[in-house]
Amino acid sequence: MIRFNEDRRRLLQALGATAALGSTSLLSGCATTGQGKTIGRVVVIGGGFGGATAAKYLRKWSKGTIDVVLIERQSHFISCPTSNEVLAGHRKYETLVHSYDALRKNWGVKVIQAEVTGVDPVRHTVSTDKGEVIPYDRLVVSPGIDFNFGAVAGYDAKARESILHAWKAGPQTLALRQQLEDLRDGGTFVLSIPKAPYRCPPGPYERTSQIAHYFKTHKPKSKILVLDANDKIISKTKLFADNWAEDYKGIIEYRPNWNATEVDAASRTLTSEIGDKVRGDIINLIPPQTAGQIAHQAGVVNANNRWADVNWITLESTAVKDIHVLGDATLSAPTMPKSGHMANQHGKAAAAAIFETFSGRTPQPITMANTCYSLVDHRRAIHVDSVHRWDAEKKTVVPVPGSGGVSTAPSIEEGLYARAWAQNIWADSLG
Amino acid sequence: MKAFATPLLGCCLLAAAQLAGATETPRPTPYFAANCFNCHGTEGKVNSAIPAIAGRDREYLAEALKAYKAGTKPATIMHQLAKGYTDEELAILADYFSRQK
Ligand code: HEC
Repeated sequence: MIRFNEDRRRLLQALGATAALGSTSLLSGCATTGQGKTIGRVVVIGGGFGGATAAKYLRKWSKGTIDVVLIERQSHFISCPTSNEVLAGHRKYETLVHSYDALRKNWGVKVIQAEVTGVDPVRHTVSTDKGEVIPYDRLVVSPGIDFNFGAVAGYDAKARESILHAWKAGPQTLALRQQLEDLRDGGTFVLSIPKAPYRCPPGPYERTSQIAHYFKTHKPKSKILVLDANDKIISKTKLFADNWAEDYKGIIEYRPNWNATEVDAASRTLTSEIGDKVRGDIINLIPPQTAGQIAHQAGVVNANNRWADVNWITLESTAVKDIHVLGDATLSAPTMPKSGHMANQHGKAAAAAIFETFSGRTPQPITMANTCYSLVDHRRAIHVDSVHRWDAEKKTVVPVPGSGGVSTAPSIEEGLYARAWAQNIWADSLG
Repeated sequence: MKAFATPLLGCCLLAAAQLAGATETPRPTPYFAANCFNCHGTEGKVNSAIPAIAGRDREYLAEALKAYKAGTKPATIMHQLAKGYTDEELAILADYFSRQK
């Protein structure tokens, strides 16, 4: 395989133009004769909603002429969306877990389970903890978020054994569910929400509704205390406020502008930046976030030392050439949320841009859309959605005036759509 | 590195399979149609509470999308999403999904 790449490079040097990448003879050569010519090689780091989708659609749209290697450290995809339902006992954990086999079998993506240890943007290589050095023409970095535990004093490795975030689905999801099951009736669950931007804006509020439903039906004397570093519920504001007032009266207490800066794990106490203290039986502390570590390592994190600024036509980094960044790791465009749905859209936009470039064409802006469903109990859901279009003057994507919106009220109908959405986006990203 | 030989083979088998099913006149892929795949399934093919839109009558799809945009067809979400697209784009989407088999 390396040979193909070198051959192609030599050919390119000889021709002195990247446009040669797209020569149709190469393309149809692959498609019709089966001799395995490629028009380019892409390495994707991270198999979440962004990276998996990019890998699939690169293969699909190029009709197999782009060689795609996906490097993911986990053996399986574990979905954050719908994981709040697991906490409430409304969904089996196993339904969050999905295999990468379909990407391999259906699309010919080479999926490698490994940890990326380095990116060399000059030599165009990625190295892994398995000792592999993998060359790329384009690199797609889709690492999701990492936590800034340092922003909360006392949130060290020891504290993290009992103070959970459960903001990446996986073992923490199960552990927090266990804490909820073990809680005595009459206990207090404290949820601490960081200042925006963070992954999944409505997620903490959905979690509140989900756990409130569990308390209401299983531990009716128990309480939820929501400590929000933001000045209000930042997503589906009125819908959540109404849901809590109407369905979970007396269970949920909401305190805005409560920014947790210290935790004492032993006494399960949070301290705010102005010195207020709160004790709870369970502390669910979601820390502030930043682009995944590998994005920092690759040098694409150029906004506040937290996020990766990208060109919103191609998703290419504005800091490093030939590296595209997707999903939660990006410096979000105006009003664009950090969501799985959005990351899937980023993956498609990047796949289209890379395929167009390899084909000798200029990538065109692509309209993107978002939807976040939230379950407010065991069967009713609400949503927020938006459509984002390229604005040539502002050089970014902006919401289309008059489009998008939220539900009028929670409904069973939307509960069905929310669950269908999860099934369908898992299949669209991984299947 | 020899491990990378497999996907290539996969690539061309796949490509051949897809070519066989391709339509007569190659058109540029309307990439933005993939916005709809998240909910309606890849290429609009799905079996779920959210309806499949692949292979449906073009006129029906065009009418439905127009009515969503105008706010005259009851919906939980499509009336909000349809307003994000121009009339021309909605026509392209109706045509595209009607041709997915
Ligand atoms: C967030 C999920 C979601 C996305 C994204 C989405 N749809 Fe829908 N679609 C729905 C739902 C839910 C319905 C049922 C009507 C309703 O409640 O809005 C629907 C209904 C439809 C229907 C009517 C089907 C019928 O059987 O009458 C059409 C046509 C349609 N959508 C087309 C599209 C197109 C084209 C796109 C892309 C621009 C799209 N949808 C994007 C969720 C979605």
